Amino acid sequence: MEHQHKEHALLAEDFNANEPRVNWHDETLWWIRQKRDKIAWSIPEWEELREAASRIKHNVLGNLHDYLLEFERKAQENGAIVHWAADAAEHNKIVLQLLQEQGVKRMVKSKSMLTEECHLNPYLDEHGIEVIDTDLGERIVQLAKEPPSHIVLPCIHKKKEEIGELFHEHLGTPAGNADPKFLTAAARQHLRKEFIQSRVAITGVNFAVAETGEMVVCTNEGNADMGAHLADVHIACMGIEKIIPQRKHLGVFLRLLARSATGQPITTYSSHFRSPKAGQQLHIVLVDNGRSRQLGREDFRNSLKCIRCGACMNTCPVYRRSGGHSYHNAIAGPIGAILAPNLDMKEYADLPFASTLCGSCSNVCPVKIDIHQQLYKWRQVITQEGYAKKTKAAGMHAMNIVLSKPGIYKTAGGVGRWVMRTFPAVVNNGMNPWFKQREMPAPPKQSFADWYKKNRPE
Amino acid sequence: MKVGLFIPCYIDQFYPQVGIATLSLLEKLGCDVVYPQGQTCCGQPMANSGFEHLTHGCNELFVNHFENFDYIVAPSGSCVLHIKDHLHVDGKEQAATHIRQRIYELAEFLTDVLKVDNLKAKFPHKVGVHQACHGQRGLGLAQMSELVAAPFSKPQQLLNMVEGLELIELKRADECCGFGGTFCVFEEAVSVKMGKDRIADHVNNGAEYITGNDVSCLMHLEGILRRQKSNVKVLHIAEILNSI
Repeated sequence: MEHQHKEHALLAEDFNANEPRVNWHDETLWWIRQKRDKIAWSIPEWEELREAASRIKHNVLGNLHDYLLEFERKAQENGAIVHWAADAAEHNKIVLQLLQEQGVKRMVKSKSMLTEECHLNPYLDEHGIEVIDTDLGERIVQLAKEPPSHIVLPCIHKKKEEIGELFHEHLGTPAGNADPKFLTAAARQHLRKEFIQSRVAITGVNFAVAETGEMVVCTNEGNADMGAHLADVHIACMGIEKIIPQRKHLGVFLRLLARSATGQPITTYSSHFRSPKAGQQLHIVLVDNGRSRQLGREDFRNSLKCIRCGACMNTCPVYRRSGGHSYHNAIAGPIGAILAPNLDMKEYADLPFASTLCGSCSNVCPVKIDIHQQLYKWRQVITQEGYAKKTKAAGMHAMNIVLSKPGIYKTAGGVGRWVMRTFPAVVNNGMNPWFKQREMPAPPKQSFADWYKKNRPE
Repeated sequence: MKVGLFIPCYIDQFYPQVGIATLSLLEKLGCDVVYPQGQTCCGQPMANSGFEHLTHGCNELFVNHFENFDYIVAPSGSCVLHIKDHLHVDGKEQAATHIRQRIYELAEFLTDVLKVDNLKAKFPHKVGVHQACHGQRGLGLAQMSELVAAPFSKPQQLLNMVEGLELIELKRADECCGFGGTFCVFEEAVSVKMGKDRIADHVNNGAEYITGNDVSCLMHLEGILRRQKSNVKVLHIAEILNSI
């Protein structure tokens, strides 16, 4: 199957055209992985904590229907208005309608990967409404007209000098100033105006507590709070898997989230939103968008445990060297590669193959998703559903014929090595991707089987 | 103790010396080793590429060759992991289960089954250990840097018994080298970059040799080293443990 856009391997090759930049990207994210390791080691019960989180989410996924209804009931008792969206289109329509009711043309939004997944910004833009992303990293990529390259660190692919140029162009900062402190202050000034003027604020949701009907939003910048407190209408958009049963479970998840994400003990703000203040409206949009389908896929159900910490990206040796945009999906990295095929198997057929199956992702995952095993399983599903390339399928069938027939294997091996020794150019050429940057192994005269026959006769 | 020696296809074809070292080491340690002729491959190259449904032939061959041994040993963590996780044959499930439970990667066979506590081996060189992912994270041959748990390493435990051998410390103890089966050709750019970065870590820390439990990773690293015209060599752990 050929695609409209480039596949991961080609996008990654483009990214690798600039090796110093790849080194910088790799080192930056590895530094965050090390911060995560250090803070995890400061908690002796770290592995038990991961196990507890995984089991709580297991319980949530097994009783999602009941917890969602409980959450809805409690949220309504708290004075919130609850909306249900079956898919991205419905979600976007609900949000648009709320904005049109308010008659706003411009509004603020704090970080929400769900709205990225639903492509809310371009949808609202088409309807004449401008969204101002208020998370600093998201605002930067928004100004650059790019999608986020990382779910926690949206502009991690950008160097400070490039951010300085963007701010010079869009916010009028002096040319050539790339001082992070100065640029952050400039962004604050710029965003403050937006916060004060915005009558509607959209936020994401990190955890929704079924027991109390409250939502917890975690940020380091306080931008969700600024938006939601100053606006007349707060719209909180969440995937239906964000539910946790009880408030006390936050004691597990809040300890894991920031430690796994950035190596901080906790996010600067962990804000609880429960009831709208007098005169304010609080809307909660609960979005399915393929989640119940994924829930029905036994092998992939656990992917819904994800709390969007991004640890699997920071540790992934492929992500660090291919960049978030090479995954051409709102959620990049290993977790994106097991979530995306559920949304569109053809479009994202390449992603489960963008991995060496090294397993580091599963080990850092705070909710113990078996990510690398799901990557393996998605590969099987994608092939079975007919989305493997024809050339690859032909190669695999040929390989199978050689490897399942000892006689053919022996002959092919002997002939192959002879050809490699006698006419090395047959394999040492530009058609062979191995040879592009690596030498082929030196072909020996005899195989181990030949040696054994001679040296250990029956 | 009857040991069936499994020599994976690419070792058979390109690295017979690794098979010879493995056989010789096991024989020295008193095992009754047989290499069943006609064996080919564990089926992993197809399975990891999404074609597990094509591996029936390989699976049947494997069960036929290895069902009658007390233990099956191979100098490759990755192939062993594949067999452990995926070997099934209709109508021969009992034999397949026996194999899945009795197959060992060489180092873990030495430390866990033979309980080797000394080796008469000498290798007076600076050596870096490449922890291959499938052996480490899949078979648990060594502690993983992601987990909060006590350190251990079965390969290093064995290498520490080798006279004169000096293990070097790496900046990133267990990062993947980027081989990844067919990943090495389908994702050539990232694969090679990962390999180059692993090599740099070993070279910067003074390695004369890079060793490991998986020839596939070593083949990939060797290909890059030779292209770089480096003096650093790769050796499978069996070759070092068998050296005098």
